[in-house]
Amino acid sequence: MSGTNNKKNETANTNLTSQAAVKPQESVSLFKDAMYRLATNKAAMISLSVLVLVVIFALIGPTSLFTSYNYYSNDLMNANAAPSAEHWFGTDDLGRDVWVRTWVGARVSLTVGLAAALIDLVIGVIYGAIMGYYGGRVDGIMNKFSEILYSLPYMLVVILLLVVLEPSLTTIIIALTITGWISMSWIVRGEIMQLKNRDFILAARSMGASTGRQLFRHLLPNAIGPIIVTLTLSIPNAIFAEAFLSFLGLGVSAPRSSLGSMINDALTGWTLYPWRMWFPAGLMVLTMLAFNLLGDGLRDALDPKLRK
Amino acid sequence: MEFHIYPDFFVCAPIFLIILEISDKWIGLYFCLILQSICIQNIVCGGVQGLVKYVLKKLLFMLLSLFILASLTFFLMKAIPGDPFTAEKKLSPEIRALLEVKYGLDKPMYEQYLKYMGGILKGDFGVSMRYLNQDVTDMITQTFTASLKLGIFAILISIVVGVLLGLLAAVYHRKLIDDVTMVVAVIGIAVPSFLLASLLQYVFAFKLGWFNVMGFDGPLDYVLPVAALSASPIAFIARLTRSSMLEVLHADYIKTAKAKGLKWPAIMFKHVVRNGILPVVTYVGPMTANIITGSVVIEQIFNIGGIGKVFVESITNRDYTMIMGITIFYGILLMLARFLTDIAYVLIDPRIKLESRKGA
Repeated sequence: MSGTNNKKNETANTNLTSQAAVKPQESVSLFKDAMYRLATNKAAMISLSVLVLVVIFALIGPTSLFTSYNYYSNDLMNANAAPSAEHWFGTDDLGRDVWVRTWVGARVSLTVGLAAALIDLVIGVIYGAIMGYYGGRVDGIMNKFSEILYSLPYMLVVILLLVVLEPSLTTIIIALTITGWISMSWIVRGEIMQLKNRDFILAARSMGASTGRQLFRHLLPNAIGPIIVTLTLSIPNAIFAEAFLSFLGLGVSAPRSSLGSMINDALTGWTLYPWRMWFPAGLMVLTMLAFNLLGDGLRDALDPKLRK
Repeated sequence: MEFHIYPDFFVCAPIFLIILEISDKWIGLYFCLILQSICIQNIVCGGVQGLVKYVLKKLLFMLLSLFILASLTFFLMKAIPGDPFTAEKKLSPEIRALLEVKYGLDKPMYEQYLKYMGGILKGDFGVSMRYLNQDVTDMITQTFTASLKLGIFAILISIVVGVLLGLLAAVYHRKLIDDVTMVVAVIGIAVPSFLLASLLQYVFAFKLGWFNVMGFDGPLDYVLPVAALSASPIAFIARLTRSSMLEVLHADYIKTAKAKGLKWPAIMFKHVVRNGILPVVTYVGPMTANIITGSVVIEQIFNIGGIGKVFVESITNRDYTMIMGITIFYGILLMLARFLTDIAYVLIDPRIKLESRKGA
């Protein structure tokens, strides 16, 4: 792994020198350089725009801008209606508008994904930074604890918690984060352990930088690459987990929709009413695809070792 | 100088006590002897016999994790407000008392806990709370074979197909095969297994009629569930194999091998595959978890009478003892898989440092 860092430095340095000839005072950070590389990655940029679109539609799709229906009103006379000008995505078995429910479901899925990933990020970074920075016995004990927690099967613990707690958006997010932060903390720990012995940290320390300043100003910004990649890839994982839980009947409770529960509901009448399946399923696959491709793009951009 | 504490021994002490306390005389003695010898060996061996120490350490860790999982499951289930009989129609106090005696719920919490943990050691997960006199252990053993067959096939197919695809993609790097494989891999990761299962069922069983829509009798019935289960592991393994093979293909020792005039197959199988396969081995543990959780849903869709189906039913019925039993059983399987993976990894890669390799 130390090789990675050397190479990272080299790339950063070569960029610095080439830029320095033109503009002496402006330096290009590794991060900016990576963003530039990401911008040239077509798949990642398309994914990013798809995600932006999905987020925008999740926000405005169910509003009165597009439709006069809401996600919970039944209209049994119009149950299982095919897509039409009135109901763009058709209606489900209770006559609820699938367009609205799909975007409300996207809201739920995205909320779960983002919230779980962000909580994982905060806990994981703090825990990992403490482990990596202090090392020694602190590291030993904290690491043992995280290892034991990690050895508990993730999905089983989540299912158990949701059987016990009343399923709701909050409890799903809590259940998903209870062991979800560990991989992030290990990545941060590894990065910090490598970085803390480098000269620039020695310099910062000898100039009297506090622990907090060393961590947040010097160490963590240098570990930003792996952190972002892990974050991007943990969002689809959480969305997946939520869909899986909905399938088991442990997701958000009716009449709220999530993409997973819509797909599950649609399974029974799939051959007759395929639109009830295609729209939520298509959106789900599109979102997952976009997150994964973006994550890959970020990894390529941020980790020069992988570029060949 | 290395300084070792052995927390394992202290962690073990309470487990010893509990085991002695609750289980049959002989079983308890047996388990205690094993644990004791592990601990003693752990201390005696120190840094002398790396591999033995490593294996024992992992084994102990596995037992500890299982212990925690079982306790967690027990207390979580006890934390649910109300008892299993509140859902039924109003019971008279006498009948309720009788039921509580029957299921041992009248005893204090710690006694129930000790009894349950002791039962697990003997392979007894208690009685179903939903179906009269239905033993959880019986239910698991009856349904396990179907799930096991499904799971083993899925794991084998995942590894074989995944490694082959990854290898092809790496050898024909930046050619058409590479692109196609990687597109397939990304889609495999992006499509949830239950969606894929329904899609396969719809197209190949319902529309084309090549396979039975449901059931699990003939060899043909394996095709769709196994395909649905192994899609995402195949995708993961293909990507892993590709990137690690690419790295190996560019390594100096491959150039050396070529320069020595070694034949293509020899280079490929003796050098490239052997080294490139390592990351795949680490994935076997997570893959097992993936396939187990996947099978829960797949069995439901294809109506296969395996553990997964029972698990889903017990969750819908809130059959707590059944949920507990299956959770712990799944936990045992997963940890066993992880344990074997760790051992296999050390055996395959002689360079591995035996101390700690997490975070890598």
